[in-house]
Amino acid sequence: MANARYNIKTFTGFRHVTFLCLFILYVPLIIVTIYSFNASQSLTNWSGFSLRWYADVFVGPQSATFKSAAANSFIIAIIAATVSTLIAVLAATGMVRGGQFKLRRASYGLISLPLMVPEIVTAVATLIFFNAINFDRGMMTIIVAHTAFCIPFAYLPIQARMQGIEDTYEQAAMDLYATKRQAFTKILMPLMMPGIISGFLLAFIVSLDDFIITNFVKGAGIETLPTAIFGSIKQGMKPNIMAISTLLLGLSTVMVAISYFVSKFDNKK
Amino acid sequence: MTGGETNDDGVTTDTYAETRHWLLLPAWATLGIFVLLPVFIMLIYSFLTKEFRGGVVWEFNLAAYDQFFFDRGLFGDEPAKIEWTYISIFWRSIWQAGAATLMSLLIGFPTAYFIATQPEKSRPIWVFLITIPYWVNLLIRTVSMKFLLRDEGPLNDFLMNFGLIDSPFHIINTNLAVQLGLFYSYLPFMVLPIYAAVERYNFTMSEAAADLYANKLTTLRRILLPAVKPGVIAGCILVFVPSMGSFLAPDLLGGAKNFMIGSLIEEQFKGNAGNWPFGAAASMILLTMVLIILILVARHQANYVKGAS
Amino acid sequence: MKNLLKTTITAAVLSVAANAAFAEGKVVVYHWFEYIPQELVDKFTAETDIEVVMDTFDSNEAMLASLKAGGFGTYDVSVPGDYMVKIMAEAGLLGTIAEGELSNIGNIEPQWLDVSFDPGRKHSIPYQWGSTSFAVNRDSYAGNIQTTDIIFNPPAELSGKINMLDSQGEVMTLASIHMDMPQCSTDREQLKAMNEMLQNAKGHWASFNSDTAKEVLVSGEADVGMIYNGFNAKARAEGANVEYAFPKQGYIAWMDNVVLLKDAPNRTNALKFMDFLLVPENVAALTNWTQYSAGVKGVGPLLDEALRTLPESNAPASAGPASFIEVCDESTQAVYDQMWVNLKK
Repeated sequence: MANARYNIKTFTGFRHVTFLCLFILYVPLIIVTIYSFNASQSLTNWSGFSLRWYADVFVGPQSATFKSAAANSFIIAIIAATVSTLIAVLAATGMVRGGQFKLRRASYGLISLPLMVPEIVTAVATLIFFNAINFDRGMMTIIVAHTAFCIPFAYLPIQARMQGIEDTYEQAAMDLYATKRQAFTKILMPLMMPGIISGFLLAFIVSLDDFIITNFVKGAGIETLPTAIFGSIKQGMKPNIMAISTLLLGLSTVMVAISYFVSKFDNKK
Repeated sequence: MTGGETNDDGVTTDTYAETRHWLLLPAWATLGIFVLLPVFIMLIYSFLTKEFRGGVVWEFNLAAYDQFFFDRGLFGDEPAKIEWTYISIFWRSIWQAGAATLMSLLIGFPTAYFIATQPEKSRPIWVFLITIPYWVNLLIRTVSMKFLLRDEGPLNDFLMNFGLIDSPFHIINTNLAVQLGLFYSYLPFMVLPIYAAVERYNFTMSEAAADLYANKLTTLRRILLPAVKPGVIAGCILVFVPSMGSFLAPDLLGGAKNFMIGSLIEEQFKGNAGNWPFGAAASMILLTMVLIILILVARHQANYVKGAS
Repeated sequence: MKNLLKTTITAAVLSVAANAAFAEGKVVVYHWFEYIPQELVDKFTAETDIEVVMDTFDSNEAMLASLKAGGFGTYDVSVPGDYMVKIMAEAGLLGTIAEGELSNIGNIEPQWLDVSFDPGRKHSIPYQWGSTSFAVNRDSYAGNIQTTDIIFNPPAELSGKINMLDSQGEVMTLASIHMDMPQCSTDREQLKAMNEMLQNAKGHWASFNSDTAKEVLVSGEADVGMIYNGFNAKARAEGANVEYAFPKQGYIAWMDNVVLLKDAPNRTNALKFMDFLLVPENVAALTNWTQYSAGVKGVGPLLDEALRTLPESNAPASAGPASFIEVCDESTQAVYDQMWVNLKK
């Protein structure tokens, strides 16, 4: 029997660090939320409670732009995250379960490449490249560029996860006449799920937040949330961007709550 | 025999060896065309002549690299000395990124560990809790942090009200603020890979070790850490590398008084300088440096495993 | 199957109709975000039946980089700042407006007709203009602020509480004004002296930031900050007791201009757009919205009362001259680039 002294599952202090971590993450957001209700235009001086910025977001002069920017950002992020995670899963399987082969080191370098190049460089170079091959700028160019640079973010958690999975299960399955594909889908994939989900989440938030690359490769008339926000602050920061952020926060919290209840309900069946 | 024997580079088996080329094809195609090719273009640009105010003239020229390594005085006509400016900028970025990575590790590892050891149902919730803040644009969060940390800001108000300090703790526009900002920007990149690795860890083995009276620290050091090492390394890479090229946290929280690599290169393409070959050269040098670091890490990993067996 | 065919045909007809709704085609504008009220754009479309497609950039230099990397040829007009117009002209990116092509060109105020960055207005028309100087928080300092010494040689109580704009052009120009040097000077001694002055001044500066130039003054993080006149008005509206300075040595003027781009795909529509932006009532609507100043005749009476009397828009008699940022040649620019790197290393 493992008593607390030997139980490796709990370390005193880890709980506290986690709460500290969450605290640090959320405190700036509390500021964002509070000032989204500021009556004046200021981001730092409180003048009273007002819903004017939320009204501005929904019906104000720039609301159409921000709404379509938000929609664009989400569409791009979901597509880019999904495709890059898919590519990453395949690549990780090949790298971790594919034995030694020439080009293995090179593959690792290639996959990490987007990480290592400063974004501005990728941005300008990609634009030059797209121009050279006459790839007209628009949603497609953004999606393609995002998918490419999201791959390492999706890949690394998946690889880390896979390296911890013993292949005994798959070998056992195959000894029982399962095909490689069955071994992959029925055994490896479920075991990898937390890694895949982590990879997807990372790719998603990376795409959602990207500014520089998007700014250079987007076509006329297309804004994403980051480009709209960065552009709007050049005319002076206003709490409307705080309001948008708070709404996003609310949206994501609602989605998490929904998925939680759905999974609970699912398990009850 | 613990399955998943790791030989060098972290390969575990060759179960899918025959299909490996097909498995890697999508990655090679996507990255090859949309990242490798543009980087290659930049490599070529670094050897061309700069066009005034941006762009390149297709003439071979080593001026970009010369500017990086040699100091020829304010007017460009003194005898060449070693140019320490850019090297020091690189060095500063490396240690800022390193500090941020360390901070992320110190806070991220326990957090990831804690989440991974929670009951299975609540784990996704914790993971979401960590990632939800990142739905809010980084610029906005960084600006909020800027106002939090300033001398008259809430943080100092709080500390002074409780008598913990007498005069404001001056954080804003210092290196510490930059490291905090970087840590804040990239935290989930540390937490999620470690979480994925720890979650997989077979805790029954540690219980077995505990039954044999190995204490926590030993178990941690000898059994757990090596198993979650890939997660830790992945996390460190995902924090360290982007930190080096970042500019939001250094500019907004550090006061932009000292160039970091990100801002330096940004200035070449988006600033007055308009010196694309130099920006390209600096990027190539950055790329080479990071590649070297990654190779060293991979080598060290391989040696460690070989040594341990 | 029949339904599918029907729907497809309907959709096709509708989309053709939708495109036909803009019978006169479109104009592609490369603009700053939120720098033109949507009502004005809609008014243009209502009057001319031309669709306005807008793309945005967040800085002059980013716009230039984007055009050089491949955006050129897809836009009709853009809205660069004064010095950027000259740079673009020298780079061959601008289209020429022939005599008589712009019917409203006579509306431009005489002093803005023959500007140093576009003599004779061959490529551009004024959009909005203003000034860049600095502001001081009067709660922290009550002395004379009408001198650039506040920035470069500050009194003790202001040292360490100064924010500079993170822009080479603006900082260097103000430095040249402070040292009473011509902007693109090639005199070595002068340049060395400026380099030294900047290095000494840096010790007094807290930060370089353009995006939060207004916020740091409002929040009290900085007591002195380089700032655009319009931003200062906004800062005061948010409750900061900041006074805009018009130094006796002089300060910076800026003007954003609408330029016709070379190889504009919809050149005629582009000229119509520019003509539209020269009509006094349209410009008044624009100016009331952006809160800067217009370069077109007859706008004054149409402005909001508060805007007309803004202290930031009305320089006192003691103020020095306002100068545009000048564009230097390549070798001089290299020296200034080096000075900037020295400042930021």
